[in-house]
Amino acid sequence: MYAIETTNLTKKYKTLVAVDNLNLQVEKGKIFGLLGPNGAGKSTILSMLCTIINPTSGSAIVNGYDIIKDSAKVRQSIGIVFQSISVDDRLTARENLRFHSMLYDVPSGIMEGRIQEVLRLVELEDRADSLVRTFSGGMIRRLEMARGLIHHPEILFLDEPTIGLDPQTREHIWDYIKTLAEKEKLTIIMTTHYMDEADLLCDDIAIIDHGVIKVRDTPEKLKSFLVGDNILVTTNLPDKLATGLSGQDFIIEMKVSQNSLNLNVRQGSRNAPQIINIARDLHIAVDSINIDEPTLHDVFLHHTGKNIREEENDNFISMYKRARRGR
Amino acid sequence: MRRELRGIYSIWLREIIKFYRERIHFASAMTTPLLWLIIFGGGMGINLRTGVISSGYSAYIFPGIVGMTLLFTSMRSGISVIWDREFGFLKEILVSPISRTSIVIGKALGGATSALTQGIMLLLLSFIVHIYISPLNFIKIIPIMLFISLGFDVFGLFIASIIDSFEGFQTIMSFIIMPTFFLSGALFPLTNAPGWLQTLSLLNPLTYGVDAIRGIILNEGRFSLSYDLLIVIGFASFMLIITSWLFNVKK
Repeated sequence: MYAIETTNLTKKYKTLVAVDNLNLQVEKGKIFGLLGPNGAGKSTILSMLCTIINPTSGSAIVNGYDIIKDSAKVRQSIGIVFQSISVDDRLTARENLRFHSMLYDVPSGIMEGRIQEVLRLVELEDRADSLVRTFSGGMIRRLEMARGLIHHPEILFLDEPTIGLDPQTREHIWDYIKTLAEKEKLTIIMTTHYMDEADLLCDDIAIIDHGVIKVRDTPEKLKSFLVGDNILVTTNLPDKLATGLSGQDFIIEMKVSQNSLNLNVRQGSRNAPQIINIARDLHIAVDSINIDEPTLHDVFLHHTGKNIREEENDNFISMYKRARRGR
Repeated sequence: MRRELRGIYSIWLREIIKFYRERIHFASAMTTPLLWLIIFGGGMGINLRTGVISSGYSAYIFPGIVGMTLLFTSMRSGISVIWDREFGFLKEILVSPISRTSIVIGKALGGATSALTQGIMLLLLSFIVHIYISPLNFIKIIPIMLFISLGFDVFGLFIASIIDSFEGFQTIMSFIIMPTFFLSGALFPLTNAPGWLQTLSLLNPLTYGVDAIRGIILNEGRFSLSYDLLIVIGFASFMLIITSWLFNVKK
C-alpha cells in the first residue's frame, strides 16, 4: 500500500488550473519532494492532501483514507508544518503542544511524556515554558515540527520548511528532518523551491510546473539524465587544443570561443587530467580549468525551460487572493 | 463524542489562559461600564425628567450597561478569530480532527466565560447606583447573561468568517456593535421613539437580553421573562447553526 495515491486530482480557481489531473503514488517511509517554482501548485496539492481544501475533481487516498469521505481520519494520521507560522505566540511552547495533543486526542496519561519526548527531539526542552513570541524563526519551525509529531502521525507534511530562514538555521532544520526520517520511520512529503534542499533531503523528487508533474525520479537519476559535465578550459590557443582533443571518446561536444574552450565531457572530474596532459603534449598553456557537474538546477531548467524563481513571496497565493477579491 | 468534548475543552482552555494572562486588559475593560454608569448616568440623570423611568436614571441604565459589557466583550472575542487567521493559528485548529461545530462552540464558550466574568463583576458593583440584587435574582441573571454572551460571541464568529480583512473590524464596530447597543433600550426606553426605530429595536436580540435583566433587577420589564429568554436562547442557537454551517464550507 502507498502512503499517498492520487487519481486525476484537479483543482481549479476560476480560470486558473492550479493542479491538473495529478496521478501520484508515494511509497511509505520515503522523503518525497515536490519541487517547483512559486505558483507551480505545490501548496495546493499539499492543501488537498491535508484536507484543507477540496479538489475540484479527482480523488486521493492518504494512509488508506479517502481525503473527501474520511477527512477526519486523514487528519488524525498526518502531521503538518505550514509554510507560514501557525503557533500561538501568546502561549508557551508547552501550552502549544498541550493544545495540539488535546485536539488530536493524545491520551492524557501519556500526553506530558510525549510532549517531553518531542521537545527533546527538537532540542527545545530548556525553552518549553517560555512564551513563543520570544522565539527565533528557527526555534518556531522546530516547535512546529515537534507539534506535528506529537500525535505520532504516519506522514509528516512540510510546506517549504526553510523558507525565510537564514542559511545556518536552514542547515540545522535539514539535520532535524533527516534525523526524524531515520528515527521515526516517517513518510515525509515536502514542498520546496530550493534545489539544494531537495537534492540533500529527498529520496524521490517530482518536478512540478503549472500543476503538472514534468519528471519524477531520485535526485541522482535526475542529474545523471543530463549526460555530461561541463568543462571550461581557458587558454590562448583554444583552436589548437580542440584539434588535439578531437577523437577522444570521452568528449561529447566542443565549442570554441575566444580564449576558451567549452567542453561537454563524460565523467568530467576523472577525464580532466587527460585534457591537461594532451594540452601539455601540444605545448599549449592552460590558464584555468573549471568543472561543472550538473545540479538539480540544470535538471529543472531542462524540464521546465526556465529558471526557478527564487522569490520569497508566493505568487500563487497573491494570484489566488486576487481571484478571490474579484469574486 | 468524548474527543469532541475534549476538543471543545482545549479550545476553551486556550481562551481562558490568554484571558487570564491579559488580566490588565480586563481591569481596564471594567472602567468603561463604570464611566457610563457614574458619569453618563449621573450627568444625564440630573437633567432627565420622564414618566417612563421610575427607578432613577443610573439605576435604569444599569441593566443596559451590563448588556453593553456583554455585547462588547463577546463581539470582540468572536472577532478575535480574525487575529487567529492573521497570525496563522486558525490553520492549526482547522486542520485538526475536531469538527467545525466543536470549534465554534469552544470559541464561543471561551469568549462567553470572559464576558460572563465581567458581567458578574459589574453586578457585584451594583451598589454604586444604589441597586440591591437579592442572591436569588443574582443567580437567575447568570444564565441570561451566559446566553446573551454566547449569542453575540457566535455572531462575532459569524462576522469574522465572512470578512477576510482586518480593516473590516472598525466598520463592524460602527455599523453593528454601536447600533445594537443604542437600539437595545440600554440607555433610554424606545416606547416613545418613531415607529421605524421601534421596529429595529424589536429586531435586536439585545433588547430582550437587557429587558430580561431589567425585569429581574428593577421589576420594569416590557416583555415577560419567558418571552425574553426564548428570544435570547433562540438567537444563540440560530447563530450557532448558521456559523457552524459557514465554518464547514470548504473553499
